Amino acid sequence: MTETETPVEHAAATRTTLLEAQDLHVDFASRGRRARAVDGVNLAIGEGEIVALVGESGCGKTTLARTLLGLERPSSGTVRYGGAPLSYDSRSLKAYRREVQLVLQDPTGSLNPRHTVYEAVAEGPRIHGLPDEEKVVADALSRAGLRPPERFFLRYPHELSGGQRQRVVIAGALALNPRVLVADEPVASLDASVRGEILALMLKLRADLGLSALVVTHDLGLAWNIADRVAVMYLGRIVESGPVEQVLTAPRHPYTQALMSVLPESPERVILTGEPPDPTRIPGGCRFHARCQVLASGRAEEAGVAARCRTEPLEILPAVPTAQEACHYAALNP
Amino acid sequence: MSLLELDDVSVTYRIASGEVPAVRGVSLKLAAGAALGVAGESGSGKSTLAMSLLRLLPADARVTGKILLDGEDVLTMKWGRLRAVRWAEASIVFQGAQHGLNPVRRIGDQIAEPLLVHGLAKPEGARKRVAELLDQVGLPSWRARSYPHELSGGQRQRVMIAMALACEPRLIIADEPTTALDVMVQAQVLTLIKELVASQDISLIMISHDLSVLADVCGQLAVMYAGRIVENGPSHEVFHDARHPYSKALAAAFPTVGDPVSRMAPKGLGGDPPDPMRLPGGCSFHPRCPVAVEACPTLDVELWSAGAGRTAACVHVKEAS
Repeated sequence: MTETETPVEHAAATRTTLLEAQDLHVDFASRGRRARAVDGVNLAIGEGEIVALVGESGCGKTTLARTLLGLERPSSGTVRYGGAPLSYDSRSLKAYRREVQLVLQDPTGSLNPRHTVYEAVAEGPRIHGLPDEEKVVADALSRAGLRPPERFFLRYPHELSGGQRQRVVIAGALALNPRVLVADEPVASLDASVRGEILALMLKLRADLGLSALVVTHDLGLAWNIADRVAVMYLGRIVESGPVEQVLTAPRHPYTQALMSVLPESPERVILTGEPPDPTRIPGGCRFHARCQVLASGRAEEAGVAARCRTEPLEILPAVPTAQEACHYAALNP
Repeated sequence: MSLLELDDVSVTYRIASGEVPAVRGVSLKLAAGAALGVAGESGSGKSTLAMSLLRLLPADARVTGKILLDGEDVLTMKWGRLRAVRWAEASIVFQGAQHGLNPVRRIGDQIAEPLLVHGLAKPEGARKRVAELLDQVGLPSWRARSYPHELSGGQRQRVMIAMALACEPRLIIADEPTTALDVMVQAQVLTLIKELVASQDISLIMISHDLSVLADVCGQLAVMYAGRIVENGPSHEVFHDARHPYSKALAAAFPTVGDPVSRMAPKGLGGDPPDPMRLPGGCSFHPRCPVAVEACPTLDVELWSAGAGRTAACVHVKEAS
C-alpha cells in the first residue's frame, strides 16, 4: 500500500482544506497567571493529508489538538471545518465529532477494562444511533486490521496485546466513519516492533478511505515515516512548517535544527539548555531567543539581527502548504 | 577480569497458574569502564534481568545461574554484604524518575541518604558531597532544598542519577532512563550519562527498547527476545548490520530521518511478542520471522559466532559460519 504514496500524487498545493485553525489563541489561568498555551496559530489540514505537529511537552501541541477537536474553546480565533466555523452548541458538536475523531496515546488507559472489544467499538455508533450496529463494528475492526472481526467481539482488553489494543482504539474512531483522525502520540506507548504496523495502518486508512490526520508527536522519525507535512511548535506558536522532505532535511529555524541535531547519530549536537520555558512568561522579541543557539553563538550578532531577535516579535505564520519559518536570522537568507 | 559476569542466568516467576520463564539462560560479560546496552520489547525479560543483578526481584522469582560482580556471586551473598554492595558498588536508575523520589522530602536529603546509611559520610560531609553531586549532574546546589514537585522531569531524572553516583559505585544499571522524557531533555540526560561513564570510569548497563539510543551510548549491544539473548556484539555493527532478523526489525523500527528508504514506509514486524507461558518451540522467534525456514520450529538455537566479537542465535548465521 505504501508504494502508491508518492509525494507527487499528494502534492500539498492541490488539496482542499478540510480542517483549519485561524489565528487561534487558547489561554488558561495558571496559579493566578495567564498561560498562553496556544498563542496565535494558523494551521490547515487538507483532504487526505497527514500533518505531523511536533514539539516538546508544554509547547501547546496537545491543547491545539484538543481545540481542533472542539474539546477546548478558543479564547480568540476560529476553528473551521469544511469552510464553516465550528459552533459550540451540543448538537453541532455531536455532529462534528462524527467527522473528526480522536485517537488517544495509551490504549490501555483509554479502553474500559470491563468492556469487551465489541462494546468498546459500538459505543460511538450507539451514541449516534447508527443502524446496523454489528456490521458497523465488524467493518471498523477489520479496517483496523483485526480480522476476522467476530473473533475479537467478546475479547477483553487484557486478553489483547498492546498493538491489538491500539487497533481497537482506532476501530472505535473508525466506526463513525470520520473524515479526520486526530492522533495524540499514537505509538508512543507501543513496542518498537509494533509501532511500524500501526503507522502503516494509518497510511493504509488514508489510501483506502481518504482519511486526513493530524498526528501530535515529539517523534520526528514518525513524521518522516508517515506525514506529508510537518509543523514545529514552540511555546504556543508554529515556528516552522512545510513539506516533510524539505523541513526535515533542510530545517531553517534554529529550534527545528536543534531538534534534528539531537536525533541519534547526528553529526553535531545542539543541546539546548534548560527546559522549554513557561507559557505564563513568554519572552519578548522572538519567543525562542533565550534558548537560541544562533543568537548565543554570536552569529545573529554578526548578521546584525541580534537586537531584533531580542525585541521584535515575529509575525504569525500563515496557513500555507509551502515551507516557511518564523526567524529573523533565517529571513536574511530566503 | 570482567567487572560483571553472568553465567547461564535464568529467572522464573511462580504464579498461581504455573511458572513463567522470564529470563532463560543469559550469559554476558562486562569489562570495567565499558557500557553495555540491553535491547528488547516489553516481556523480553530485559528489566527482570536488570533487577536480578542486585537481587531486587520479588519473592516469587527464582533465580539460577551465577551473577559475579567483581568475582563475587551476588546470588549467594549474605544479606548484610548485599546491602553494602547495593548503592556502594552498583546502583540502579529506574525509569519514571518522578515515582522514584519521595514527594515530601527535600532532594538534598534524599541524595544524602545512601551516604549516611552506608556510613560513608557524616551529615556535614554529606551536605558537601550533595552539592558536588548536583554540580556533576548539572543542577545548581541550591536545588538541594527543593522538593521533587518543584523540578521538571529532566531535573528529577538528574537527581536520580546523582543518587546513583552518590556512593561512587563501579557499575550503574539504567533501566529506560530517558523513556518518559522529551527529546531535548533526553539528549541532555544521555550526554550526561555518557560523560560520567567516560570521566569516572564507571561501567554502565543501559536497558531500552530503542536501539538507536543504545547504539549511541553503549559500545556493546545485546538484543533480547523471549528471555534470551538473540544477538550480541559491538553496538554500531549490531545496529547497522544486524544478523538476527529480530534485531534487524528493531533497528528498522526507528527510521533515520532523511533516509529515502523509510520515507512513507514505516517498518514493523507482524504478530506479537510471545506469551512467556506458551513459548513457541524451537527458535521462539520463528512465528514472526520473515526468513524462517522449515527447521526453525524444532531447531535448538544457540548463540553462534557471527564474525569478530559477534554472536547471533539464528539458523542462517549457523549455516553461514
